[in-house]
Amino acid sequence: MTSVADAASLWSAIWLTLELAACSTAILLLVGTPLGWWLCRTRVWWKEVAASIVALPLVMPPTVLGFYLLLFLGRDGPGGWFAGLAGARTLAFSFEGIVLGSVIYSLPFVVQPIRNAFEAMGDRPLEVAATLGARPWDSFWSVAVPLARPGLVTATVLGFAHTIGEFGVVLMIGGNIPGETKVLSIAVYELVETLQWRQAHWLSGGMLAFSFAVILSMLLLQKRTGRRA
Amino acid sequence: MTGTSVSRVQGRFRGDVGTLDLDFAIDVPAQGITAIFGPSGCGKTTVLRCAAGLRHMNGNFSVAGDVWQDDAGGVFRRPHERSVGYVFQEPSLFPHLSVRGNLLYGWNRSVRKGQRATLEFEDVVDLMGLNTLLQRDPANLSGGERQRVAVGRALLAQPELLLMDEPLAGLDARAKEEILPYVEMLHRSLSVPVLYVSHDLREVARLADSMIVMEDGRSVGHGPVAEVLERLGLDRSEDDSEAGVVLDVTVASHDDELHLTRLDHHGKQIVVPRAALQVGDVARLRVRARDVALATKKPALLSFRNVLRGRVVETVEHRRSAFADVLVDVGGGRLRARITRDAMNELDLGRGRLVYALVKGISLDRPAVGRPSGRAGAT
Repeated sequence: MTSVADAASLWSAIWLTLELAACSTAILLLVGTPLGWWLCRTRVWWKEVAASIVALPLVMPPTVLGFYLLLFLGRDGPGGWFAGLAGARTLAFSFEGIVLGSVIYSLPFVVQPIRNAFEAMGDRPLEVAATLGARPWDSFWSVAVPLARPGLVTATVLGFAHTIGEFGVVLMIGGNIPGETKVLSIAVYELVETLQWRQAHWLSGGMLAFSFAVILSMLLLQKRTGRRA
Repeated sequence: MTGTSVSRVQGRFRGDVGTLDLDFAIDVPAQGITAIFGPSGCGKTTVLRCAAGLRHMNGNFSVAGDVWQDDAGGVFRRPHERSVGYVFQEPSLFPHLSVRGNLLYGWNRSVRKGQRATLEFEDVVDLMGLNTLLQRDPANLSGGERQRVAVGRALLAQPELLLMDEPLAGLDARAKEEILPYVEMLHRSLSVPVLYVSHDLREVARLADSMIVMEDGRSVGHGPVAEVLERLGLDRSEDDSEAGVVLDVTVASHDDELHLTRLDHHGKQIVVPRAALQVGDVARLRVRARDVALATKKPALLSFRNVLRGRVVETVEHRRSAFADVLVDVGGGRLRARITRDAMNELDLGRGRLVYALVKGISLDRPAVGRPSGRAGAT
């Protein structure tokens, strides 16, 4: 008894989720790669303090993170000030808001594999590159990034999949606005709440299959690159 | 730094490396191979890393008048700002690039800097025998092949100074023999000066022109290889079975019937089993001290073919062992004989004594494996 309106709302949720995951993953890589590099190379004493802050979302309840983000993004927080520049009242309950939330929430899943990959590489390849006349920026792109590729791939897949799977943060800061913040996990929640088991089954089953496919392809990918190295 | 010579590699590095107090001065010609020889942990690798700029220790360093580091003047060029080639103990090829990609890595960057190519790509590929490997993946190469690629890659960066950190140490005996001729060829066909770190006396004797002996972070002796080797370890009592000298010889003739090669050393003849050399070739002989016996009268009816007349120039007794080393001037070069102290006393071997040196084992070190082919062979 799926109506046309239901189907449209479902597709909108799917589309929005993919859009959110794509945006978040792109930002995560842009932020996570230099961050992972910095955590790997820096010798400042507070490096592990910074690493802990990045890793916080691993252990913090998403609702707590969402609560702080809500304060941060809301009208009286810095987010509200930014939103004011763009002529809006608040960043909370907006697509931009949940992108920011997703980025923070998924950051450890992206930074950790990247940092590990850079650390596993060691100093030697960079020393070789330097003695062959490569400037630091040059050797980063021509040696470090290609050698860390398996880690970057893992980070991309994890960041994407983890963003798709998030619920608590989006619920706290995004609410449930169709086409703006109503992503798949929220949609499932709503379907169950309203006893629409059939659709809930479809969506949940789809996400289960998707999650499985992601993890399997990642393992297979790692096995292949692992053999080559 | 005062007065840097355009024809020398000069420098000094000072500082602590772990528990080691390093204070190393170097001043060698900017040509040929200079070996930095010493036991593990004496600071050899640190010196090389300082020379490359991979490590910054207090001091100064200049190559052919080009100042790479001068702390007094506030100069420290980073590795990519030095025309340096570095061959690490492990080949450290880039796994994501093919052999060709590895070779071109430094080459492209030196071209981009507008550096004049003194070494052409094809020439280095020929020299290091890499023609058939270019498309291969580094993971599929043998240890010796990888190290040859690493040497070629360093050369193609057009270095003014080539640094080699025990490039053969990680290889098994066969791979070593495979790569040594290439290093020898490199030596004879290129003008780039090489600092070659090693703790293997055989390697040093075979490859180097001059050497610096390093102990506990300091240089304890330097000079031409022949001179340093004949005195090396004379003041120590521990058994060093590789102690010996090198003699530069010229191939005089071959005897195909008896399968012998006659070598000339300052007018004296030395006979070795047929060597794959041509008449007129210059080679290097290594004679270990333990392979030399001494007699005070000309021995007759003897299976030893090489008996050289000479005079004792120095004797050194190793107090806490049974042995003594005797340096014998055989006219031109010197031999070192390791005999028992008992024999030394009985034969009354003092300075100036006329002796006959009986040489048992000789290894003909250079060029050991055939004659270099093609362009590289031109001398």
